[in-house]
Amino acid sequence: MSGRVNAVTSTPALPSRRRVGDRFGDVFLHVLTGAAAAAAVTLLIAIGWKIFDIAHPAISKYGLTFITRQGWDAIHNRFGALDLIWGTAVTSFLALLIAAPLSIAIGLYLSELAPRGARTVIASLVELLAAIPSVVLGLWGILVLGPFVGKDLGPWLHRYLGFIPLFDGTPQNAGILVAVLVLTIMIVPITSSICRELFLGVPTELEEGALALGATRWEMVRGVILPYTRTGVGAAVILGFGRAVGEAIAVTQVIGAGYGIHWSLFATGDTLASKLAEQYDSATTKIQTASLVYLAAILLVISLLVNLAAQLIVRRFAHQRTGGS
Amino acid sequence: MAVDVAHFSLTPSPRTRRRKLVNLLMQALATIAALAAVTVLAVVIISVAQRGASALSWDFFTKTAATFGQSGGGVANALVGSLVIVALATVMAVPVGILVALYVSEFAPPRVADLVRLVLDVLNGLPSIIIGIFVFGLLVIGSGQAAWKGSFALAIIMLPLVARATQEVLALVPSSLREGALALGASRWRTVLGVVLPTSVGGILTGTVLAVARAAGETAPLLFTTSIAANTVTWDPRQPVLSIPYDIFVLSESADPADHARAWALGLVLISFVLVTSLTARLLLVRHRKRLEG
Repeated sequence: MSGRVNAVTSTPALPSRRRVGDRFGDVFLHVLTGAAAAAAVTLLIAIGWKIFDIAHPAISKYGLTFITRQGWDAIHNRFGALDLIWGTAVTSFLALLIAAPLSIAIGLYLSELAPRGARTVIASLVELLAAIPSVVLGLWGILVLGPFVGKDLGPWLHRYLGFIPLFDGTPQNAGILVAVLVLTIMIVPITSSICRELFLGVPTELEEGALALGATRWEMVRGVILPYTRTGVGAAVILGFGRAVGEAIAVTQVIGAGYGIHWSLFATGDTLASKLAEQYDSATTKIQTASLVYLAAILLVISLLVNLAAQLIVRRFAHQRTGGS
Repeated sequence: MAVDVAHFSLTPSPRTRRRKLVNLLMQALATIAALAAVTVLAVVIISVAQRGASALSWDFFTKTAATFGQSGGGVANALVGSLVIVALATVMAVPVGILVALYVSEFAPPRVADLVRLVLDVLNGLPSIIIGIFVFGLLVIGSGQAAWKGSFALAIIMLPLVARATQEVLALVPSSLREGALALGASRWRTVLGVVLPTSVGGILTGTVLAVARAAGETAPLLFTTSIAANTVTWDPRQPVLSIPYDIFVLSESADPADHARAWALGLVLISFVLVTSLTARLLLVRHRKRLEG
């Protein structure tokens, strides 16, 4: 470095070879990093293209009736996705219904209530829950949670809430209810840590203002924190939904691979993603593979829509916040 | 409120009492929710540890699975397979991820940077099974499975994680450092490679470790890319290999209790690896941030 400074003071121009080298280095690094970024963008496009490409025989053969038909009959090549779409919707929505209030509550606890010293510890513990591989959670789901639902929770729900169609039927060790619970466990850490960050981002002046006006903590939460972070929380919930829709492994392990459309949570079922994970080694004919990938294409469209929506909300929200202050 | 003042009463009115009660109730609910999450974590870890520990043995780590009908045997092939797949995926994903992050934070015009960030986030949100099917369609159809194809699928999952983590630490590098280097006459590329990148090494390492922890536990991308394999230990990435998560998946679907025991033991191995690595990464990140923020 010092030699360089001397060069500048003694001779006004740097050695020209150095300047050429620097210009080359600048351009090279710019192009190299740009190429990597372009590759990432291309990758996303390629994923969409390839999935639709492999699914093409099934899309052209069955068209949209694929979506409105039920059943998976490999012998007569009659494939339909309706019960799988139903299974995906039921499991994801119910998981979200449990996970959303839980996540908001956990976010509030971590940002407002937890004792200062324990705050980061509890927050990391909740995040560790997200680090548990889905296959391990699925294993736990089949062998621990499943029997608990089948022998304890299920019969209890059936006895007291059996008049609701959701809790009709006989509880089993595998089924939609177990899948819903496992998905809930997978979504909660993700949405709750986003919620926590959102809640921590609320300006302290606003919170203290509400408290100074005599609001209780809960009134401050309801009147200041929740309205202030509403959009962000919405996006967090949508992201959680996206995660639930796409989870294949853990759901396959616990949902029991059933057919048909049922209201009962005790029934077995299947989702788009779990069907894919089940059938990975049994697609033999071309049309069967194409039909499977047609499922992947539906899943891809859903998850793209969900993710884009959440990201756009987050971005608009961030823009508003920075633009406003 | 006005009523209270008018009466100069020091005992709380029923309304105040109700407000306090509601407040207390809500606080209790929030605390219970947090407690429930931590309890579930504890229950899962304890179940896996309890059931897995008894099946762990020297043979478990050094032998391959016993042939049908025999008891015993180990999972050496899956351990080696996971190692090969994840190591290769890391080698593929990390350089590209760092380059993408550098482009976004050092070179790209704001609009392009926004677009690349959006693409990374969407990529991160894609279901991992979709990525498995993509690689299946791109590389496996026609030429068969191989460990490196599984690595490629895992690399796609790791790429956005590494890129986002790197980008976040690059944003933490004080602009005074960049400006200092440029003011001393250093060119752009020397500033980036000589000042910005070395300052963020700690954070990049953290992001990489977290991505490795995530990739090591992924099953779905491996189903279609490296799942049909011989029962021998192989280090050759051109061969299809088994892996820890895939083995757990298959064993957990079995009806044989002996298989379940092996699944639990593998689960314990996997969960220990993932928890230790993510905890280390978190500690590293805290230290790195402290150092940068002074």
